[in-house]
Amino acid sequence: MTRKLEAFLERLETTDTVDDLSSLADVLRGAYGVENVSYLATNLNGQPFVSSTYDPGWAAHYESQNYMLIDPVVRGALQQFHPLDWKKLDWSTKRTRNFLHESIEFGVGKQGYTIPIRGPNGQAAIFAVNHNSSDDGWSRYLGQHAHDFMLISHYFHQKVLTAANVTETIEGRELSPRELDVLKCLGVGLSRGKTAEKLAISEHTLRVYVDSARYKLGALNTTHAVAIALARGVIAV
Amino acid sequence: MIKYIYADQLANFPKLKDSMFKDRAEQFGVRHGWNVKVDENGYEIDGYDSLNPLYAIWEAPDGSHGGSIRVLPTVGQTMVNDHFQHLSGLRIVSPVIWECTRFCISPRLTEGQSEVAAALILAGCELGLRFGLESSVGVVYSHTLPIYRRIGWIPEVIGTDGEGREEIAVCLWPINAEVKANICRKSRIAPESVEYWFDTSFPDNPVIPVSAVA
Repeated sequence: MTRKLEAFLERLETTDTVDDLSSLADVLRGAYGVENVSYLATNLNGQPFVSSTYDPGWAAHYESQNYMLIDPVVRGALQQFHPLDWKKLDWSTKRTRNFLHESIEFGVGKQGYTIPIRGPNGQAAIFAVNHNSSDDGWSRYLGQHAHDFMLISHYFHQKVLTAANVTETIEGRELSPRELDVLKCLGVGLSRGKTAEKLAISEHTLRVYVDSARYKLGALNTTHAVAIALARGVIAV
Repeated sequence: MIKYIYADQLANFPKLKDSMFKDRAEQFGVRHGWNVKVDENGYEIDGYDSLNPLYAIWEAPDGSHGGSIRVLPTVGQTMVNDHFQHLSGLRIVSPVIWECTRFCISPRLTEGQSEVAAALILAGCELGLRFGLESSVGVVYSHTLPIYRRIGWIPEVIGTDGEGREEIAVCLWPINAEVKANICRKSRIAPESVEYWFDTSFPDNPVIPVSAVA
């Protein structure tokens, strides 16, 4: 885990209201040195929710022109689950080229990366960063940061759902026995190494258990996961 | 070569599509004797094929299916969580773990099976590297585990079920540059080939000079 990622996840952990969360796009923009960051949940208790560093003029223009209907990024994110490098999308029609041209005039970076986020309940969101670097610079940048953005986008989404009290009836949100074992061991202060040894698993697998427990609990790090599990009474140490 | 194709794009590759689903019927229905559904076209298609999964498909020189895998993210519905959770007692849900299922080598192949297997494994690994993943998860027959070890991608078994030839294992495969280099070396597939497969399936579109747009 990179230091930048860790710092952001810590910040995310202490941000509990939807209003405060909406300001985190700015924080990310600074931390990752990109032109813009945006997160959009299409349906948060019946309303869209946005955290973005875009020029408000661009947001208004986008909405007034109904660009969502032609935006290749939106189309891609609805159909596919892999992160989308904007330059790999289809910009071949005149309308999409105009749209791209206008977006650049409004200060949207010419390179972009969008992560589609989908919950089992059909909640959908997209997370995007964009930049003005060259093609080569952008490839290198993504090579170094794709993993961070995958985690940030999904944890941010989880946090937004929690802050907005979106009731998640996601099947299987309960922790599995193995995840409980791991949290119990970590909860009584065993190191990761000792925990792995005790449960006869590798540290790589331990990490998978911790990550999946974190994800289910909406926790941002291991300590937080243990704390939530204790508070909810799902583990006792 | 490998082509990455989403389910909703398969119609553009009729020969690959037709031979892939028929090969799957032969491998999983006939050879393994699994209780899979085969439709009126002779296709083995299940519910996960309708979730718009991403396939990595080896295209044989005659344009037909030589082998394939099916990939889905674990934040959505997966086979390992729906059907095999009892093996590990664990529901694997992570944005940086994708599931790989329906590993198929065409039963019509008379040679080069191990090269196709290695190519498919590398195709999965490359996908993970490009998209910032940490691991892939899947269920395999335990007796096939030595294949992965030989090829340099050692999985961690997190649960098993069954006995003898029928024993199955839920496995996690770590994804990183070292693993890719290992598999490339052992399978004698050049890393550049693997990168080429990815880049031709997910090509850059020509950059549109802003000045050329009215």
